[in-house]
Amino acid sequence: MSAALILDGVTKSFGALRASDNVNIAIEANHCHAVIGPNGAGKSTLIGQITGEIRPDAGRIRFFDQDITDWTTPRRALAGLGRSFQITQLCADFSALDNVALAVQARQGHSYRFLRAAHSDERLRGPAMAALERVGLAERAGTRVDALSHGERRQLELAAALASEPRMLVLDEPMAGMGPQESERMIEILQSLRGKVTILLVEHDMDAVFALADRISVLVNGAVLTTADPAAVRADPAVRAAYLGAPAP
Amino acid sequence: MQLLFEQLLNGLQLSLTLFLLAAGLTLVFGIMGVINLAHGSLYMVGAYAGALVASKVGGFWLAVPAALAAAAVVGVAMELLVVRRLYARDHLSQVLATFGLILFFNGIIAWGVGRAPLQMDMPTLLSGFVELAPGLPYPTYRLAVMAVGVVVALGLWYVIARTRLGMLIRAGSDKREMVSALGVDIAGLFTLVFGLGALLAGLAGVMVGPIRSVQIGMGEQVLITTFVVIVVGGIGSIRGAFVGALLIGMCDTLGRAYAPMLLKLWLSGPLADGLGASLASIMIYLVMAVALVLRPRGLFPAGG
Amino acid sequence: MPFSRQTIAGLLIAACLIAVPYAAPLMGGNYAITLATRVVIVAIAASSLDLLIGRGALVSFGHAAYFGLGAYVVAIASFHLANDIPILGWAGSNEALVVWPLAMLISGVAALIIGALSLRTSGVYFIMITLAFAQMIYFVFVALKYYGGDDGLALNSRNLFAGERITDARSFYWISLGALALCLFIQWRLVVSRFGMALRGAASNERRMAALGFSVYGYRLVAFVIAGMMAGLAGALSANLNRFVSPDMMGWVRSGGFMVMVIMGGVSSLLGPVIGAATYLLVETALAGWTEHWEVVFGPFVLLVALFAPRGIWGLLRGRACE
Repeated sequence: MSAALILDGVTKSFGALRASDNVNIAIEANHCHAVIGPNGAGKSTLIGQITGEIRPDAGRIRFFDQDITDWTTPRRALAGLGRSFQITQLCADFSALDNVALAVQARQGHSYRFLRAAHSDERLRGPAMAALERVGLAERAGTRVDALSHGERRQLELAAALASEPRMLVLDEPMAGMGPQESERMIEILQSLRGKVTILLVEHDMDAVFALADRISVLVNGAVLTTADPAAVRADPAVRAAYLGAPAP
Repeated sequence: MQLLFEQLLNGLQLSLTLFLLAAGLTLVFGIMGVINLAHGSLYMVGAYAGALVASKVGGFWLAVPAALAAAAVVGVAMELLVVRRLYARDHLSQVLATFGLILFFNGIIAWGVGRAPLQMDMPTLLSGFVELAPGLPYPTYRLAVMAVGVVVALGLWYVIARTRLGMLIRAGSDKREMVSALGVDIAGLFTLVFGLGALLAGLAGVMVGPIRSVQIGMGEQVLITTFVVIVVGGIGSIRGAFVGALLIGMCDTLGRAYAPMLLKLWLSGPLADGLGASLASIMIYLVMAVALVLRPRGLFPAGG
Repeated sequence: MPFSRQTIAGLLIAACLIAVPYAAPLMGGNYAITLATRVVIVAIAASSLDLLIGRGALVSFGHAAYFGLGAYVVAIASFHLANDIPILGWAGSNEALVVWPLAMLISGVAALIIGALSLRTSGVYFIMITLAFAQMIYFVFVALKYYGGDDGLALNSRNLFAGERITDARSFYWISLGALALCLFIQWRLVVSRFGMALRGAASNERRMAALGFSVYGYRLVAFVIAGMMAGLAGALSANLNRFVSPDMMGWVRSGGFMVMVIMGGVSSLLGPVIGAATYLLVETALAGWTEHWEVVFGPFVLLVALFAPRGIWGLLRGRACE
């Protein structure tokens, strides 16, 4: 078994606050690995360090046998690290299709091509439409992002991440703010990806986490409390005490 | 040696004048998020009001309060009529709108006063020299300007560090809701801060009047230098404005005095003169470029 | 709907620009053509700035520097030729097909250096650092007494174009209009190309673009250089039109003027800056003809545009369709 992502002693402080405290996590290739934890546990900081937006104070990050700790965000993305954002980050004045086409464009190499119109380029449109269809947004392809609903934007985030054909997907609360139907649809989509792509899932919706995750790490105060199978995590009294806060059913 | 000492004092005097302008500009940007290109116009208004009162009504000592009042009134009017509408707008609209204001103020002064530069007389009380050390006379007026600058800097520090107004100012633009939850009239606070900045700009203008000639366009020259100061210091930070003003004031003065001389050590003839003059006038921009390349948010970035 | 309002407006503008030389005899002859030529030349500079402001969200406050540099290249090449003094072993030149590309090259190199440093910053710092670099270049030329310093430098004659004289107002107008058409065509293609998508994406959401794998710095720098080169060409044309260059061409008032034109016309619209340049110059000329103190009216006019028409004239034409 090979690891897709290894966090080795990752540590980050903001002033007196230890946002990441010697985090060690290994995520196996093609697994769905969930990270859960109460608010302020340091999940966002961890994602920032994996995607390259935050530089760790100490520790190394390895991605498919390459040390990516000092890499920039774009370089990590091109190496196959795709992501969705907790608060949607899309080009609001672009159409849904163009947002996804940008992802395809990035994957296909540099964009120093000046004269041919990107819109009529089937090499961009084709894969972009395919990704939109995959998340069920094909009918909204021509709609500007600022006219999409919240749920649709979350789906579009995922479509953009998929279109870049990542080796690993980092999903930052993909269900946040979704209605029950939309959540179900999102879980369905993620189910269809299981076993095909490595997923790091940060999510508050425990139904989704237990439905999708192969392994779960519990983060509390910046440190990993435990990493185990979903069943073991569900049963772990320490996890209940720290996080779930409810007696065993 | 004597020249160096004199140049250092001149540099200090320029620094303190720049600080008067930079303090207002950086507060307006730091608190309200507005780039006000017309800040230099307030400086010009102060200088013109001072020069006109001094020559028509009579006396430097009447000119100073007149200049302060004129700059403050114009500043408050500017805030109420224009700047207020720019808080929620992007930098582009702010630059454009205040660029329009500059044109307007230059035009209105050309129309009302004329395009010829005005001279402003020094008050007799301050027109002599003080012997700082044996054989080292220095103009009393420049010393007075420095003293005013120091007093204002200390006063600002006190207001910002120790008073309720200062607390509100430090709370800054990102905590606008909190400040307004305290029951503070934000609009009134902004007008007050803007007026204060205008007052300081007017003070700088009237004090510079007797040293340099009062003319249209004086505001823009000093404005760009002031922007260099606050950008180097870190926009929004009073401490940054002070350090930036010292750095830029000194570099500019010493650069103008010594760059041509130093170049002549290696080069000769008209080329050295030309290059030296260029180097002297671009010195502060070089400092700014280097500072920004090394620290893209200035020396003292405000707000963390 | 076969023709959108934009298409109609575009065709109208093109028709007006083409009609100028024919209609000129009715409107004051060469004076009208010269004014139209100024509009066309300034429109090149303004539209190149829109590539940065509109498409790249890069508010450069020093665009006149590249305009002025282009102008000085033409003037200096002609100065050395006329006075028979070689510069760096080169006799100088009066041939447009040599010095105009050279002007673009020098402006482009300046933009490359300045852009490479400035693009490390963002927001208001970017505005100010581009201004500072432009001021540096301005003061260098003020201090260059050899080339006239403050007083500027006059050209003995216009450049030759492929060996032909272009002294008559009409032929020079056609050449300038051709240059504008070429620049607009290039921008039109650029904006919808992959490069344009990357540039606009970076303007829209830099974080998203980084997460997708775009290193936005490079795209921005290339846009900065392209815009600088186009401004350089405009400067070269302007030097020919006026047969005079001076540091004022690269001063910050000129940079501000270009920004006003872009916003007044409408950012992110190919033809907006052309409309902006025309409006700016025509209003300015009309006011200056009416009163010596035209700024008293023009300043508030600019202010009102900034306050009440931030999408510019083109935005008004377009209506609220895209809100």
